[in-house]
Amino acid sequence: MTKTPAAVIGVGQTHYRAKREDVSMPGLLREAIDRALADAQLTFADIDAVVVGKAPDLFEGVMMPELFLADAIGATGKPMIRVHTAGSVGGSTAIVAASLVQSGVHDRVLTVAFEKQSESNAMWALSIPVPFTMPVHAGAGGFFAPHVRSYIRRSGAPTEIGAMVAAKDRNNALKNPYAHLRNPDTTVESVLASQMLWDPVRYDETCPSSDGACAMVIASEGAVSASDVKNPAWIHGQVMRSEPLAYAERDQANPWAGRDAAAHLWKSTGISDPRREIDCAEIYVPFSWFEPMWMENLGFAGEGEGWKLTAQGVTALTGDLPVNMSGGVLSSNPIGASGMIRFAEAALQVMGEAGEHQVDGARRALGHAYGGGSQFFAMWVVGSEPL
Amino acid sequence: MTPPSTAVLHQPLTLEFDYTRSLGPVLSQYMSGLAAKQVLGAVLSDGRVAVPPPEYDPVTHEQISRMRPVSDEGVVVTWSWVAEPLPDQPLDHPFAFALVLLDGADVPLLHAVDAGSPDAIRTGMRVRARWADERVGSVRDLASFEPAADTAPGPVPTGETSGAEGITMTSTPVRLAYDYAASPEESAFGRGLKEGRILAQACPVCHKVYVPPRGACPVDGVPTKDPIELPDTGIVTTFCIVNVPFLGQRITPPYVSAYVLLDGSDIAFLHLILGVDASEVRMGMRVKAVWRPEGERSYSMETISHFEPTGEPDAEYETYRRHL
Repeated sequence: MTKTPAAVIGVGQTHYRAKREDVSMPGLLREAIDRALADAQLTFADIDAVVVGKAPDLFEGVMMPELFLADAIGATGKPMIRVHTAGSVGGSTAIVAASLVQSGVHDRVLTVAFEKQSESNAMWALSIPVPFTMPVHAGAGGFFAPHVRSYIRRSGAPTEIGAMVAAKDRNNALKNPYAHLRNPDTTVESVLASQMLWDPVRYDETCPSSDGACAMVIASEGAVSASDVKNPAWIHGQVMRSEPLAYAERDQANPWAGRDAAAHLWKSTGISDPRREIDCAEIYVPFSWFEPMWMENLGFAGEGEGWKLTAQGVTALTGDLPVNMSGGVLSSNPIGASGMIRFAEAALQVMGEAGEHQVDGARRALGHAYGGGSQFFAMWVVGSEPL
Repeated sequence: MTPPSTAVLHQPLTLEFDYTRSLGPVLSQYMSGLAAKQVLGAVLSDGRVAVPPPEYDPVTHEQISRMRPVSDEGVVVTWSWVAEPLPDQPLDHPFAFALVLLDGADVPLLHAVDAGSPDAIRTGMRVRARWADERVGSVRDLASFEPAADTAPGPVPTGETSGAEGITMTSTPVRLAYDYAASPEESAFGRGLKEGRILAQACPVCHKVYVPPRGACPVDGVPTKDPIELPDTGIVTTFCIVNVPFLGQRITPPYVSAYVLLDGSDIAFLHLILGVDASEVRMGMRVKAVWRPEGERSYSMETISHFEPTGEPDAEYETYRRHL
């Protein structure tokens, strides 16, 4: 049995901000959903099912928020599924929605992911003192910084690579009207001069804490034909992989699950040389050094070589493999939505709707997300033509 | 009976946070109304009035645009007796949770009725609101309901909205109290720490040595076994220097959070490095545990106060690169 071809026919995003105190949690989701439906030229009546994702419930202190959100997100009388895979959840939520279409179960699925981080404090929520352990945990930055140090040691990358990524992404964000951080004068020097938070990670090399939501409408081949959307983003392939948080000799800087997921993705989409065949990528980079780390993990560069792509300007908006054209997670981070934003921005590129941060002639793009302690990976390849 | 020495260790874990809720336009009116002793319902697309108001119409999915005052008196639709109230419930003595249909509303509201005894409440009984003395724009402004058997229905307020506004944010304190139970392996490890010993376990298939012991090998999925006592020396594989203060932090920054790989083990764990300037800590640095004095030892990893350099030459990168 073959899969039904599926495509993204609508994308909606909120403006990402530190605090969206003007809207409630349902209101935040509706802002993204209403824009996605308008983009797809559909209404709630056209939607068969709703798939919603967010990161840990402790972030807002609402247990199973999908239950209280069901009305507002138009799930009344329809199937609703909530997905949770930590920081990668936005990506895996989109993949669940796509699977419901590809399997022939539904024709039009609405998918939405969100976080309203201002309702709480993610640093607190990610540093719960577990009994009997040493209380040295210090949020996501404290978790990932030692692994960044390992990467730098292993690759011999120059110190300023992380700053180059941050300066690139912050400047890209200036071209994205939805981006949270808008720091017009960010340079490699200004990033290097910013405070060292979790040595070796500096303040300007970290993501913000944002409120926001992102939504997409995914449609079957038949529903695409029946719609007025002429530039859908065809889903060429998607993959998820998981691995345990800790085991003996686990590679923390280049995790197995990510490598395996990427290898599967390239094979299933008929891509033999991703460095040449992918036109641009939105990858989950919450701390700047994760750009070179993931470029290696994804197979865009050999081990120890990822930083050279950054250094040579390959990943710049003007490079031949632009990465995080939207400004990325470094510029907007509503955690639960961040993965879906990567998937949606990849779709916008091949739809030709990315506006000022559009890559000319983008025909095939990667969306990528990871979560937990680099344990959960979700990726998709979208194209301007069906596979 | 299980001998106490093999029972698992327990420790209380309490998580508390005062979450905020930005209310948005609809609930903002509702909360502002409560602060002014007025109950506002949402006028739905089919004409029904719902209290508390949903933010979006269940049929049209449009945002609620019309609000209407309803009475603060009504009728009990159904109820359930709460014989032993829990902390933070609306009343500290036995009461009923009831669905109350307010006069002028079409959808009942779940609330507490202070009826005194289960014999004194029934379906169809009239009740009236008991308002909090100090109202701040919270669901608790409407403190509870009380029987009003002697009153006839009063007039239902008229008018579309009260024009109430001003409350845009509310606070939701959450407190979760857990009894954290350690696994049998973690418990044995904790008891070892209290005796100044580090007890690891190995996987019988891959022979990797896990510390703290896991109970099962994450790779082979088989139980780890055979306690192996490890020395309290090892190396720093990698680390970061935490300069960030944050809510709930228990060590004052700056401090070095390091992965320590004990000699003879195959997995590093996070611990604190002291006894050396943070800028002097290096990957591969040889370190030794500094134990708390015997009287201060517990079952926690905190029984090792920290690790400090031994002064021996650093380990070669090749010896630990597969542990990064």
